[in-house]
Formats: sequence, structure tokens, C-alpha cells
Amino acid sequence: MNTENDIAIAVNNIEKSFKLPLEQSSGIKQVVVNALTRKSGYEVQQVLNDVSFEIKKGEFFGIVGRNGSGKSTLLKLIASIYTPDKGEIVVNGSLTPFIELGVGFNPELTGRENIFMNGALLGFNHKEMEAMYEEIVDFAELHRFMDQKLKNYSSGMQVRLAFSIAIRAKTDILVLDEVLAVGDAAFQQKCYDVFAELKKAGTTIVLVTHDMGAVLRFCDRAVLIEAGKVVNAGKPTDIADAYLNLNFKQKKKVKKDELSAVDVETYSIDNKVSHLFDPGDDIILEIDYKNKEKTKTHIGVQIFNDEGVYCFGTNTSVDGLKPFSGEKIKVTMNLKADLAPGNYSFTVAIMNENATTSLIYKPKAVLFRVSKTVRVEGVALLDYTWKSN
Amino acid sequence: MKLSNVFSRRNRILLRELVITDFKLRYQGSVLGYAWSLLKPLFLFAIMYVVFGVLIKLGSIEHYAVYLLFGIVLWTFFSEATNQGMMSIVGRGDLIRKISFPKYIIVLSTTISALINLTLNLIIVAILMIFNGVDIHASIGMLPVYIVEIYLFALGLAFFLATLNVKYRDTSHIWEIIMQAAFYATPIIYPLSLVIEKSTLAAQVLLLNPVAQAIQDARYSLITHETITPGSLSNDTLLIVVPFIIVAIVFVGGILYFKKNSKYFAESV
Repeated sequence: MNTENDIAIAVNNIEKSFKLPLEQSSGIKQVVVNALTRKSGYEVQQVLNDVSFEIKKGEFFGIVGRNGSGKSTLLKLIASIYTPDKGEIVVNGSLTPFIELGVGFNPELTGRENIFMNGALLGFNHKEMEAMYEEIVDFAELHRFMDQKLKNYSSGMQVRLAFSIAIRAKTDILVLDEVLAVGDAAFQQKCYDVFAELKKAGTTIVLVTHDMGAVLRFCDRAVLIEAGKVVNAGKPTDIADAYLNLNFKQKKKVKKDELSAVDVETYSIDNKVSHLFDPGDDIILEIDYKNKEKTKTHIGVQIFNDEGVYCFGTNTSVDGLKPFSGEKIKVTMNLKADLAPGNYSFTVAIMNENATTSLIYKPKAVLFRVSKTVRVEGVALLDYTWKSN
Repeated sequence: MKLSNVFSRRNRILLRELVITDFKLRYQGSVLGYAWSLLKPLFLFAIMYVVFGVLIKLGSIEHYAVYLLFGIVLWTFFSEATNQGMMSIVGRGDLIRKISFPKYIIVLSTTISALINLTLNLIIVAILMIFNGVDIHASIGMLPVYIVEIYLFALGLAFFLATLNVKYRDTSHIWEIIMQAAFYATPIIYPLSLVIEKSTLAAQVLLLNPVAQAIQDARYSLITHETITPGSLSNDTLLIVVPFIIVAIVFVGGILYFKKNSKYFAESV
């Protein structure tokens, strides 16, 4: 056990498994049936296996993992909603979890009443909540709706209200789960500002997410959880890279004998598989596919960033290449990563002879990241100079 | 569950807010609103009174109407506290899965709601007492003791049933049947004298039930000294003490059982 003063949360050798019932019923009948047939009636699923890490005070810490990796279970253990089977979690200071949008929100109550209920869950009495009521409503921008029942709110409005209350909680450690997934761009920006403020004020923040953008933007450190284990812990850039590789591996499992068996991979200039490039680096995009009918095909390539902005697109017909008609086709494309730092993906299409329709369309065929070695913002990395008189 | 923590600041705030919400939501959208918590036992009383007081004429006891209403009110309180307490943990599953807080507050809040209803209903009893010209005896001072007794018994059962209901949803159906039987096994509509005519032993057994004993004792202290209580039935102190022992066992046992299982509610609810 670490008792050092600068540790906010110490997770020590945590194990957690769930008993998943095999039958849908959980009644007495099932108990009797199981006792008679000597079945256990459930299956044990190991969700977390020997997980350890430490979060320092004042740190913005990311917990990253794909769906079903166990990251949310880990979060619930940290928030002491679940009890670990083995190991222990030491929390120094007060901790406010924000696991889901609007804990304890009741659709039958008005927005106003829900604020007080939610505040009570965070430990504020009526008077204290009244004092910060205006501030909360201001932040959520929901003045007109406070006396409406919550069931008449849109999901975005509910999130805004929930988030506004949550950030009011005077707490040493704030635990957030996928909060930024909802809400419009303007509200997300507000949330980012609040994060920056909280961070400055010394609040320890734990963010569980699969949004690499948020991790790179905010986190000081992060852990990557996969299949219930810590795969990697360290700098956000390393974690983001490991995460991208993980996702890529998963994609490769697609059956190869299908017609849509298009393999796409990115290489660095020295012919090594790579998904991380510096701005201006050469990216070598390799596209493999089988074409049993030997029909004439063209290839289309598009680049999107992780906000879905279409950054670049071209195809082999536009560029004046002859259609490909072999049985096995391997095409490489060499392009410069003249892109602002961020996450991007290649979308690849196998098109017909005239390049008018896509025969096979692979959105996000391969993901890559442009590292933050330059500080420009936006999408394009244009060649530029400054001049002054 | 340290006693100092049971009513810590945060828990008090939460308890208060849960009780208020509970009350607001109970009659949400109904025209008569809170009036229903008064009207329901009143109608039950009216039905019982017409059937058993007027038609079958069970009411050989003085002030039978108040005697009957008071019994129904106390029984309703017991039934409400145990039923809602039993459903409370499962009903608040959304909360339990998302935030960590002492789970007993949920059970406590529903039983307190029942307690508030009881207070409202006792006002109606008081009004009927005035109409019926019931004399107030010094024994009224004992009334709170019996109400607390029923409350603690109900709370212990609520803790036990709430835990069991998380594991087996059959619990609520079984409890419904038990309560049906218990309603008739408790001398609420009929005077206990009817049972004694057949067998004194049977009456003594019925009064081992803490609810039966508490209702009879409460009636004795508030309405009429004609009420048969364990004390008036026999001099055996054991018979008087047993119901209280049962209450103590159920209360402590319920809390311990709840405490042992409550940390796994989040995953199984």
C-alpha cells in the first residue's frame, strides 16, 4: 500500500469477476432446478485481472480501452460502486463519480427538482444548492425549461443539466465516464474550458473514454486496458498509438475469402507498419485486394479526421491511371502527411471501370495519427512563412 | 455501518431529499394528490365497517368504529412500510448502479414515508375519536412505544425483504400472500374476544405476533380499556415479553443480513 502524499488513487492488484446467469430467470424455481440438476446456474466472467496503477494528485488521468475491455468496471470499482474480489483501491480525498448522465434524475420531476435531488446525491443540502442554482442553470443554458418535467427534455439538455451540477461538486477527485460523447460542439467546448479550470485548481480528474482526441488533449497520463489487463501505461501519445494498433489488429480478423477482402495498411518511409507520423512525413498506403472476375477496377482514397471532416480525396481514374484488372491487385500510394496534428483515417473504395460507383467501400479502413510536433490547428498543414515590414 | 455515520451530514441530506421525492412522486398526476393517502384507509375502513360492523355485527366492543379504524391505520402502516421497503432497493437500481452511497438510506426513506402517512392518518383517527366521544386515558402516554415497536419490526423486515428481493424476485409475491394471511390472523376487524370464546390458547398464540400485540396494546392505550391485550389475558410475563424479543431479533437480524449483502447490490440489482 502506498501512503505517499501525492497519490490520489492507488489501484493495487484488482481482480473482479461477474457471475452471469445462464438462464434468464433468477427465481426460486431456477434455484430448485439447478440444485436438482447440480448445475451452478451461472458462468463466471473474469472482467479485471490483476490491475494496478497509481494516479497522482492533480493529474488528469485517462483510462482507455475498447468496448468490453473492462474500463467501465474499473471505473465503478474506483467509485466504490462495485466491491473488488481481490486487491484494494486506496482513495485519498473526496471522490465524485459521474458515471452516467444525471444520476438519480427522475423524468417525472421538473428540472429544478432534479437539481436538488442530484445535488443531495453529491452531498449538498437545499440551501447550498439554492446558492449555486443560478450558476448551474446559467451554465446549462436552460432557464426557460427549469419548471418543465425532465421527460420533456431532449437528451442533450439532460446531459447539459447533469454536467452543470456535476462540475459544481466541491471534490478532490472527479471521475468521468464518456461524458463528452453527447452535447453539441459549443457545449463540448464549454466542458473543455471547465476541465482546464478544474485542472488549474488542482482537482484530480479521471476520464474513461475511447476518444483519443480527448486523451491527447487533456490527459497527463493514461492507461490502456484490454481484456481486463493493463496493456500499457504512460504518456498519452504512447497510449493513443497502442490503442490505434489494437484497433487495427482487430480489423484484420475479417475473413479474407470474402469478396470485400480488401487489406489496407500504412507504412513509414522505411517500409515498417506505422500509424504515427510527424507532420510532412511520407505515408505509404498499401491496398491489396482480390478480383476473381478480373473486372476493370479503380481505387478511391479519402482521408477523414476523427470529427468526420472530409480532408482529402482522390481516385486512380481522376489521376489518369489505367483500370486494374488482375486477379490479385496490390497498389501503393505515396503521399505526404501535410496535415495538422490529430487523428485521421483512410477510407478506401474499390470502384467500377468509370470510377462512378463504389463496388466495395471500406470506411475507416486504417487509422493513423499525426503527432503534435507542430502547434498549428485545423486540418491542413500548409506551407507558410511570416513577413513583417 | 457505524452509528456515527448513519446520520452523517451527507446521509441526512440524501435521506431528506429521497423522502421528499418519494412523497412528490407517489400521487404524481392524480387529481386528488396527497388526499389519496388519507382516502385509501378511509375507504377501507368504510367497507370493513359496513361489512363487519353493520352487517355481521362483530362490534360488541365499545367505540367499535374508532377501534376498527385505528387497527386498519396501524396495519396499513405496517403493510406499507414492509412492502415499499421490500421494493425500494430494486426500484432504485438506477441509482445504486451509478453512485456509491449507503444503501440503507433507500430503505429508511421509504419507511419514513410510511411513517409520515401514518401521522396523517392518525389525524383522521383523532377526528373520529372526538365524534365518537372517546375518553382520553392516562395510558395514551404508552402509545408512542407501540408505534415505535411496529416501526422497528417493519424496518427490520424491510431490510430483510429488500435484500431477499434483489436475489429472488419471487419475494414480493410470497410476501403478498403472507400479508393476506397475517391480516386475518391479526385481530383487526374482529374483537379478540371472539377467539377467546373458542380457545384462550389460540388468542395467546395470535398475540405473540408483534403487530397483533402492538395494535391491541395501542388500542388499549388510546381507545378503550376493553381491548384485550397480552397483559389482560394472562399474568405470564413470558407471553408479554416474547413479541418484543421477536421485534429485537428481526430488527437486528434484518440489518445484519442487509449489511452483509448490500455491497453486491450494484452488480445484482
